[in-house]
Amino acid sequence: MSPFLAEFVQLLLNGVMAGAILAVPALGLTAMFAVLRFPNFALASHATAGAFAGYVANVSFGLPLIPSLVFAFFFAGLLGLVSDEVVLKPFRAMGAITTAIGSIALTIAIENLIRFVFANELRGYDLPIARDMIVGGVRIGPQQMQNLAISVVIMGLVFAFLTFTRMGKAMRAVADNPMLADIKGINADTVARIVSFGGMGLAGLGGMLIGLDTSIDPLTGFRAMLSVFAAAVVGGLGSLPGAIVGALVVGIGEELCLLVLSPSYRSAVGFLAILLVLVLRPRGILGQRAY
Amino acid sequence: MENYIIAMGVSAGIYALMALGMNIIWGMAGLINLGLVGFFAVGAYTSALLTVKFGLPIVVGVMAGGAAAALVGVIVSLVTVRMRGDYLAIVTLGFAETIRVFATNEIWLTNGSDGISGIPGPFRGALTPVEFNSLYLAIMVVVVAVAYVLVERLSYSPFGRVLRAIRDDEQVAAVAGKQVLLYKVQAFALGSVALGVAGALYGHYTSYIAPDIFVPLLTLYIKLALLAGGVGNSKGAVLGAFVVVFFLECTRFIVPLIPAITPVQGAALRELIVSVSLLVILRFRSGGLIPEARSHLVVPAALPAPTRS
Repeated sequence: MSPFLAEFVQLLLNGVMAGAILAVPALGLTAMFAVLRFPNFALASHATAGAFAGYVANVSFGLPLIPSLVFAFFFAGLLGLVSDEVVLKPFRAMGAITTAIGSIALTIAIENLIRFVFANELRGYDLPIARDMIVGGVRIGPQQMQNLAISVVIMGLVFAFLTFTRMGKAMRAVADNPMLADIKGINADTVARIVSFGGMGLAGLGGMLIGLDTSIDPLTGFRAMLSVFAAAVVGGLGSLPGAIVGALVVGIGEELCLLVLSPSYRSAVGFLAILLVLVLRPRGILGQRAY
Repeated sequence: MENYIIAMGVSAGIYALMALGMNIIWGMAGLINLGLVGFFAVGAYTSALLTVKFGLPIVVGVMAGGAAAALVGVIVSLVTVRMRGDYLAIVTLGFAETIRVFATNEIWLTNGSDGISGIPGPFRGALTPVEFNSLYLAIMVVVVAVAYVLVERLSYSPFGRVLRAIRDDEQVAAVAGKQVLLYKVQAFALGSVALGVAGALYGHYTSYIAPDIFVPLLTLYIKLALLAGGVGNSKGAVLGAFVVVFFLECTRFIVPLIPAITPVQGAALRELIVSVSLLVILRFRSGGLIPEARSHLVVPAALPAPTRS
C-alpha cells in the first residue's frame, strides 16, 4: 500500500475502534434520554466513577480485565441509581432544562468527590503489554482489538436485553409512549430506575474502556462527554441503533480530522458534528426512534 | 483586609454584570445558555489581545470585547434559534468547551494554556494595589449601575414585554405578529454584550487570563446567582451575585479549618460544596422562578415533547 493509503486505512481503523468504545456510553445516554427525557450531563462523572472503580478492582485488588469491567459497570450503575433517586428525580417535575442544569451540578459534585479521594494525578491500568501487529503497513494493537470485541459484546447484550426480556420491552414501551405504557400497567418508576442503573453502568464501562488505552484522571469522563453527546445527537437522541451509527461516525470523523487538524481539536470535531446534524437533519441520522 | 473586601466587591460586580446579561437571555427571553463562560472568554480574549498586542486603550478593548461577544452571540443564536431547549443546552455547553479548546490550541493568538499576562489596568502602574482596587471597584459600580438601568428600561419597554411573551408562549407571540426569531437573536446578542464586557473587565482587573479560568463551573456560579436572587428581575440578579461571591469566599475560609487536608482536596471540597448548594437551591427555591422551556418551544415532529412533566 502507498504510505498515504496506509495512513488513511490506519485512521479509519482507529476511528472504528474509537467509535465502538464511544458507542457504549452513547447507548447509555440515549437510553436514558429516551425514557427520562432530559440530556443527562451527569454521564461525565459516572464515566469517571466507573473508570476509577475499575482501576480499584484492577490495580488494588488485582482482578483481571473482564471482572474489573463488570465491577465498573455495577459501581457506576449503582451510583447512577442512587444519584438519580436522591438528586435528579425531584427535578424532573420541574422540566427538562432544570434537570439538565441539576445534572451539571451533580457531575461537578461527583467529579470533585473522586478528586478528593484520588487527587489529580494520572493513573494507568495494570494490563499485560502486547506487541502491536503490523498488517500491510497498518498497525493493529491486540489491546484495541480486545476493546473492540468487548464493545461489540456489550452492544449485543444491550440489544438482547431490550428485545427479549420483559423489562427491556417495558423500557421500550415507556420510551415510545409513556401514557400507553402507564395504561398497560407498566410501573414507570421501576423503568426509570432500571434505565438509570443500566445507562450509568454503560457510562462507567465506557469510561473504563476509554481509560484502558491511555490513563485516567478525574476529568476523564468530562473530556469524553462532548464526543458521547455528539454520537447520541448525530445518531438521533433517543435512538439506540442511532447511538451506534453516530458513535462510529463521530469516532471515524475525529480520527480522519487528524489529517488536517491537531489531535487536541478532537472534541471540537464532536461539537461540529452536533451542529451540522442539528442544522441539516435535526432528528439525527436514524430519524425515527427504533427503540 | 480592606483590600480583600474591595477585591471581593469587584468580583461581585463582574458576577452581577454577567447575571444581568443572563437575565436578558434566560430570564426575559427564556433561552437556555449553558455556555455563558464561552461569551465571557470571547470578551476577555478580545480585549486582552487588542490592548496587549496592539496597544489600544482599555476603553476601546472593553467595547470591542462586548461587540465581539455580541457577534458570536448572533452567530450562535442564528444557528440554534430553532432548536428545542434540551438540544440548546447541549449545543451551548459544547460551544463553551470548543472556545476553550480553541484558546488552548491557537498558541500563535492566545498563547495557549500559558495564557496572556500583563493585561493593562487603568493607572495600574501609578497606584498602590489598594488604590487600584478601589478605583476598579468604583468603575465596576458605575458599569453595573448603567447596566442595571439599561436592563430595567429594556425589561419594561415594549421589547421586554415581547420577550416575556415569547418566553411564556411563543405561538401566541407569533400569532400577534411578532418576529419571534428576530427577537430571540436580539435578546441573545444583547445579553452577550454584558457577558463580553464582564469578561473584558475581568481580564483588565486580574491582568491575566488563561483557558483554565473559563470552565463550566463559572456558568454554574451565575446560575446560582440568578436562582438565589430570583430569575427575571434585575435586583435579584445583582443581589444574587453578591450572595454567591460572599458564599464562595466563605468556603475559602472554612475549608482550611479542616485538619489534614491537601490543597487539591481543599479545592475539590470547595467545588463540591458549591455544586451541592446549587443542587439544594435548585431543588427547594426554584419553584416558579425558572422559566421552563418545555412543549411550548419549537418541537420538531419526530421528537415529541416530554409528555411526563
